[in-house]
Amino acid sequence: MPDEPAIYARGVTRVYKTKPPVTALDGVDLDVAPGEYFGLLGPNGAGKTTLIKILTTLLLPTSGTAKVAGFDVVSETAKIRRVINMVAGGEQSGYGLLTLREQLWMFSQFYGLSYRDGWRRVDELIEITGLTEQKDQKVRTLSTGQRQKLNFARGLLNDPWVLFLDEPTLGLDVAAARDLREHTLSWKAAAPGRTLLLTTHYMVEAEQLCDRIAIVDRGRILALGTPEELRRRVQAESIFRIELDQMPANGGIAAIGALPGVLSAVLADEDGDAEAAGADRVALKVALADDSALTSVVTAVAARGSNLVGLAKSEPSLEDVFVELVGRGFGDEDGKEPAS
Amino acid sequence: MTTYGARRATNPRDAAEWSRGRVLRTNLRSVFGRAYPRIIGLTREPSWVFFEIFLPFLAVSAFVFVYRALDAPEEYIGFVVVGGAMTAFWLNVVWMMAAQFFWEKDQGNLELYFTAPMHLMSILAGMAVGGLVMTSSRAVAVIAIGSILYGVSYDIQQPWLLVAVFILTMIPLYGLGMLFASLFLMWGREANHLAELLQEPIYFLGGVNFPLRAIGPIAGLMMATLPLAVGLDAMRQLVFAGSEVSGVLPVGTEMAILAVMGVAFLAGARIALRHLEHLARREGRLTLRWQ
Repeated sequence: MPDEPAIYARGVTRVYKTKPPVTALDGVDLDVAPGEYFGLLGPNGAGKTTLIKILTTLLLPTSGTAKVAGFDVVSETAKIRRVINMVAGGEQSGYGLLTLREQLWMFSQFYGLSYRDGWRRVDELIEITGLTEQKDQKVRTLSTGQRQKLNFARGLLNDPWVLFLDEPTLGLDVAAARDLREHTLSWKAAAPGRTLLLTTHYMVEAEQLCDRIAIVDRGRILALGTPEELRRRVQAESIFRIELDQMPANGGIAAIGALPGVLSAVLADEDGDAEAAGADRVALKVALADDSALTSVVTAVAARGSNLVGLAKSEPSLEDVFVELVGRGFGDEDGKEPAS
Repeated sequence: MTTYGARRATNPRDAAEWSRGRVLRTNLRSVFGRAYPRIIGLTREPSWVFFEIFLPFLAVSAFVFVYRALDAPEEYIGFVVVGGAMTAFWLNVVWMMAAQFFWEKDQGNLELYFTAPMHLMSILAGMAVGGLVMTSSRAVAVIAIGSILYGVSYDIQQPWLLVAVFILTMIPLYGLGMLFASLFLMWGREANHLAELLQEPIYFLGGVNFPLRAIGPIAGLMMATLPLAVGLDAMRQLVFAGSEVSGVLPVGTEMAILAVMGVAFLAGARIALRHLEHLARREGRLTLRWQ
């Protein structure tokens, strides 16, 4: 079945029987294609981790159906466990007295690699993840970044068909996080058919790694699409900031606004734009139906005696999308998810 | 040339189809993998020599001096030394088997064990094998030092039977640890309290420092439930064959009891583990550190 989704969820609900009960997931529908990098983006308490735990067979859904690689998460757990792996941010797994190399080898045994294959695979992954210098260092002496690289290498030991990364860069510094994201992309590029489900609340991470993103809040998927599609949801038009050396003559801004494909043209400063142009410049904010209308705007400006000195496209961030959808920012959460 | 992996299967459906042989090999490798940190730990943390040989030996010594002051039969000294050695196994079962799952959960290892394609019994078996190897070296050290220091003389007439009794004792002992591992996780937030609860009473009820027969009819009851008590009694009979201090039951009977216990505890561990996994997945007990 070549078209079978790598991850499939229909009406997945999970209620924790606490007092009062907490609905961590509320009827989630999801299809992730084989080879796709998919992101679950949302604040703490959104239900991202709960969904990953269900898909990795650690939790049962209260209702609904979920499948990984075509296998049911309730009844075919053994088969799922043979083709997946999981890495969580801030993970402290393993045993501190082992060296990094020994720790990876130990986990390779849990995936059934032979003694020799295990060591070979471990050495490959150590080299790939840049841990060669630390390979004989005890795990308890590793830095947070090195530790997370180790966890990432552990997640690749069985060359999983579906890899789950749960907040993988949590607590890492900028360089270590970037390093880990690059490894994730390299892993994808190395072979087709590898599927990734990433949970994060870092916009950049979701945007950099994921083909598609679902914005999740309070157990529900609020929006789903490519990063570009999501941005389009809150801003259908293309907005450009155009800086000129002087105000256009012959009708000025009004003439620009009347061009075909131009929805509006205003002085950027009048629109409350934070970035005002310099004293000897004029900044316009031009909204276009699509990017192709930009050529006629630039031509019209030049025809009216102004020179273009700056041009920038203004795009909404994924956080803007989230705020638009939820009515609050990532930092304004008030729901709490029991799992972390 | 390094790679991120070389697959043999062309799709995940094929990759998930494992032969019985592969399942068995994976579980055996998992046993070895989990035993590894315990075995290697012997060379990594030499402080165990002080904490697990010297300190327990002080307790053994105290009983030796009491028995000598009371003019107890010389075999009693040997009983205490052997009991001291076997104590190491009980401590290992309580602290590094029964309480281990709880700590593995806290550390985040349990989640990874659950999502890996082996049976959790293999992890428990790995802990047991590793613990057995680790503790055997400590037990041998206690016996060697005790024997030399206090001049214990042994009368072993059936060495192979002694080995068989030792193995038969270890199976239910570690089986009990495997059973407790699931029960501790299901019942307790504070594994160390439960472990402490099991420690001292068993020293008494197991007859670690005295011949079990000395506590009269209660001894029979203890024999029915505690592999340590049965095993110790049988081993003492075999190690001090010519002793005037007799055992509670004949060695053959005690071996039969140990065999039944071994099967019962291992089966119990498997059932408890299955129940634990079901509970964990249904209620999130394994995955939620606050539960």
